[in-house]
Amino acid sequence: MNRTEARPPLDARPDRFKGYRGAARDLLDRMGVGVWSEVRIHTTRGDFEGLVLPRAESADDRHVVLKLATGYNIGVAVETVTAIEETGYRQAHYKIPEQAFPETPGLPRVTLFGTGGTIASRLDYRTGAVIPAFSPGELYGSVPELAEVCNLRTEKLFGVFSENMGPEQWIALAEAVGEEIRKGVDGIVIGHGTDTMHHTAAILSFMVQDSPVPIVMVGSQRSSDRPSSDAALNLIHACKTAGESDIAEVMVCMFGPTSDQYGLLHRGTRVRKMHSSYRSTFRTVSDIPLAMVDRHAITPLRPDYRRRGEREVKVDTAFDDRVTILYYYPNMKPDVIDALVAAGYKGIVIAGTGLGHVNKQVYPALERAAAAGVHVYMTVQTLWGFVQMNVYESGRDIQERGVIPAANMLPEVAYVKLGWALGHSHDREEVKRLMLTPVAGEITEREPFDGYLILQGGLPEVEEFTRKYRI
Amino acid sequence: MADIPAYGELSARDYAEMGLMGGLEVHRQLATERKLFCRCPARRLTDEYHAEVLRHMRPTLSELGEYDGTALMEFKTRKDIVYRINRDNVCTYELDDAPPFELNQQALEYALEICLMFGCSIVGEVHIARKQYLDGSIPTGFQRTAIVGLDGAIPFPGQPGRVVRVQQISLEEDSCREVSDRGHVRTYIADRLSTPLIEVVTKPDLRTPEEWAVAATEIRKLCRASGRAATGAGTARQDVNVSVRGGTRVEIKGVPSIRLIPRLVHYEAVRQRALLEIRDRLRAAGLDEVPERSVDLTAAAESLQFRPVREALRFGGVVRGVVLPPPLARELDTLVGPGRPFARELADRVRVIACLDEEPNILWHPSAEAALPSAAWQRLRRAGGLAEGEGLVLVWGPERDVRTAVTEIADRCRMALDGVPPETRQVMDDGTTGFERVLPGPDRMYPDTDLPPSPLTIDRVEAARARVPAPSWEQEAALVEAGLPAAAARAIVLDGLYEHARRGLAVPGLPPQRVGEVLVDRFRLLRRRGWMGEPLEPEVVEQVFFRLAEGALSREVLPIVLRQLSGCRRADDPDTPEGIFAQQAVPPTAEVDAAVRVVLDGPPPRSADPEARLRYWMGRVMFELGYRAPGRAVRARILAALEGR
Repeated sequence: MNRTEARPPLDARPDRFKGYRGAARDLLDRMGVGVWSEVRIHTTRGDFEGLVLPRAESADDRHVVLKLATGYNIGVAVETVTAIEETGYRQAHYKIPEQAFPETPGLPRVTLFGTGGTIASRLDYRTGAVIPAFSPGELYGSVPELAEVCNLRTEKLFGVFSENMGPEQWIALAEAVGEEIRKGVDGIVIGHGTDTMHHTAAILSFMVQDSPVPIVMVGSQRSSDRPSSDAALNLIHACKTAGESDIAEVMVCMFGPTSDQYGLLHRGTRVRKMHSSYRSTFRTVSDIPLAMVDRHAITPLRPDYRRRGEREVKVDTAFDDRVTILYYYPNMKPDVIDALVAAGYKGIVIAGTGLGHVNKQVYPALERAAAAGVHVYMTVQTLWGFVQMNVYESGRDIQERGVIPAANMLPEVAYVKLGWALGHSHDREEVKRLMLTPVAGEITEREPFDGYLILQGGLPEVEEFTRKYRI
Repeated sequence: MADIPAYGELSARDYAEMGLMGGLEVHRQLATERKLFCRCPARRLTDEYHAEVLRHMRPTLSELGEYDGTALMEFKTRKDIVYRINRDNVCTYELDDAPPFELNQQALEYALEICLMFGCSIVGEVHIARKQYLDGSIPTGFQRTAIVGLDGAIPFPGQPGRVVRVQQISLEEDSCREVSDRGHVRTYIADRLSTPLIEVVTKPDLRTPEEWAVAATEIRKLCRASGRAATGAGTARQDVNVSVRGGTRVEIKGVPSIRLIPRLVHYEAVRQRALLEIRDRLRAAGLDEVPERSVDLTAAAESLQFRPVREALRFGGVVRGVVLPPPLARELDTLVGPGRPFARELADRVRVIACLDEEPNILWHPSAEAALPSAAWQRLRRAGGLAEGEGLVLVWGPERDVRTAVTEIADRCRMALDGVPPETRQVMDDGTTGFERVLPGPDRMYPDTDLPPSPLTIDRVEAARARVPAPSWEQEAALVEAGLPAAAARAIVLDGLYEHARRGLAVPGLPPQRVGEVLVDRFRLLRRRGWMGEPLEPEVVEQVFFRLAEGALSREVLPIVLRQLSGCRRADDPDTPEGIFAQQAVPPTAEVDAAVRVVLDGPPPRSADPEARLRYWMGRVMFELGYRAPGRAVRARILAALEGR
């Protein structure tokens, strides 16, 4: 426990009103107390004793937050306060125990790049949110098992939430990864927020080609400030994969089932976040994952992956960000497409219905887009399965208007790939060639039957499965 | 060595000399329809499950940057936690696969009302905290909990002016039910998880074992009086805090019944006293540290004819001996509880933390118990290089677990130098307690970042205040005032039947003792027989009282009527209260007379005693009429019929 300290003079307390504003700030000011003051607050609802904590900036200005001796927090309503006495001063020093990450001869060297996800984290008093903690020492302090897996170096590239990742970060990341690989590291791990992890995994698959070592993206669905977090296990799995596995591809390494059993290694171009909150949210779509990983072993599920080896990594970060995804819905009006063209978009990926369809109403707009030199590709909003625009007449009609079927590329993958392709050329045929030539498994030749398996809950045989094998 | 006094042998003065003090944490589920942070139905329990989930827990830092001792202890146990889940009462929230929905406002209202009844200061803003529980009883690894009221008090019965002070009342989610805990696997069923409950924490104002029971009963009465507490098996649990002078606060967790509490308090007090005496002797002997010293005895143990050790070796396990300095060796057999030597304290830690849970899990020497022949001990001592007077604690099992056990034994011995280690203890089958966990501290609290605080505005608090019923002691006084005996009034309030009683007392022509008889004796009889299905609503019981007063129902038929009304139905029971009242109404005199004739014509009583003969016939006629006729009327008709013969 932090002990009571000597009370600094009020004007020597830099965080005295941290997070407080308006009436609450006035009250603290008037009463001669502040954040980290130990106080007794007299109110019309009784007396309260505790430590004044900083307030989340998004919270109202009508309450003062107190930490009681029991560890509980409460809010005291400003309008009920009659007096506050300061009885002491005790500042919180929040720190993840930091220990030098031990260097073990013989273990693989792994570099962990941070982009701002919550692999390891601590609490931010101002926002009440969780902010990442990241140095090797901090990581070792919270996940000591890592030292048994690899020799770790970490580098924080940016501190952005997953949803704020974009071309600027993708390019910087690809270049950093390439540089690190050229230095001869045994594997790369990239800590990333999970929301757009599959976008980044896809673009990295195009921007970093022929990697001789594994590039493993990892994150957590439950932040590491919770005892049930998946962060530590994901990180252990990712470091193990980066250091030991023979799979030299861009992969996403996240929980297989929601149980703490094993992780799955998903190919970076075939993976998608499929649930807003489940641990097992990442699924390989229209194919099976590359491998399973647990603390003891990496078990490949298929032989056709790129092996670790001696070769030059190619970094190709060309990108044109004038691309968009258009999620088709019934009764879509042509003006939506016209507006995108008018706004200067050069590439549109449509997520169409069924085998890749849009309504007749938008046909003229598709023609106008093609005439304006806009590259339009068709993917499916069913996510699983191929675009097939020859089965129905409407599909043929749409193709005649310049829309190119993008096989079984996932819409998000087609989106980042189109940006990458347009970074290289705006020539219709060259873009088409780039788009339809698979680089990293984004288009497959075949779809195995078990590339699409969503167990339907409630069925007796599924219940038997979930009881026996856990979920 | 001093004997352990049995419960009942010590006086209040003895406890005062020991400096016994402590308090209670009463947990009580609320009668809400849904759970606290999701829309699952509350209190729909079943052992059936559709899937299992496996998890592990890791300690995390508190808001102030500390690790909690309990958390580290649980991490050492390396348990696989398995949850059994049923889709009808558990959703992705309880599984920790979805963030919480908004706080259940019905639960918050109920908690607010109960806080007001306890006279608490109501907080301005409810902040949800995460209280870490790494035992796995909650899949998130923390319990969401929030303080609603602080600093309340309720009168201590029989001692005017004295109160039981309430430190705080929080609203929190209940944990899972444990199914089993064997080795490194602990299994829970998740149905109870996240049921809203309140925790009432008293200040350490209690001084004799009986006072704990009195305070627990008063708290229970007030919760029942609120009408907001759930009732039935498993809806209430008590944690009992105990310390003696020079000792430490120890928490006995999850005591299911108030009756058990005084005995547990007594034995905890004498355990602490015994531990303090051990400490004093160790200090007097000049012992000021216990180095961790252990020896590998795997080879030496191979010839032991002791089944548990042989089993361990057969499965590739190891045997180690922890070497203790002579002053500690002399205390291994010192009793700290009835039939519980100090060495059991070591065995407890080994069981819980090292997961070596097959008893016996340790042997010690010197000992009065002769589990091993003395020659075997001598061999082991020689193999371990023990000096004269040193103690040897033998532990066996898988190597990793034995390593943990050795550290835990040394740690626990070290704690003996300080006296009483702070810990939570569980109630054992023999009425004593055993080590459960290290006592968690404020370091396990962490603010919940998933939900914003909820303000409790002045308007909302005042609206709740206007709604709350009279507190239990006022209810009791009102019932006594209305003519009920004090014992009946107490029982009625304790059972949450104040409103039923109030309505009964208002029925013209119904004597107050009849109300007490129905609500206390009849209701308890019903519950004992398992005839009470659904709790009876006051409106329904009021109908019974009216019919009793009018003579439309007999006293004797009441158990049957109440059983039928509470939904505990049998094949040809009517399904409306009207139907039940009609079926069970007092029969006309002609029907009684007909039954009397049949009985008097039947087999005669064996006794010659006139009173006994009359009792025999009465019993037969009452049975014949399904108890619908009042006993007095039946007696009169039998006498009349006999007169005519």
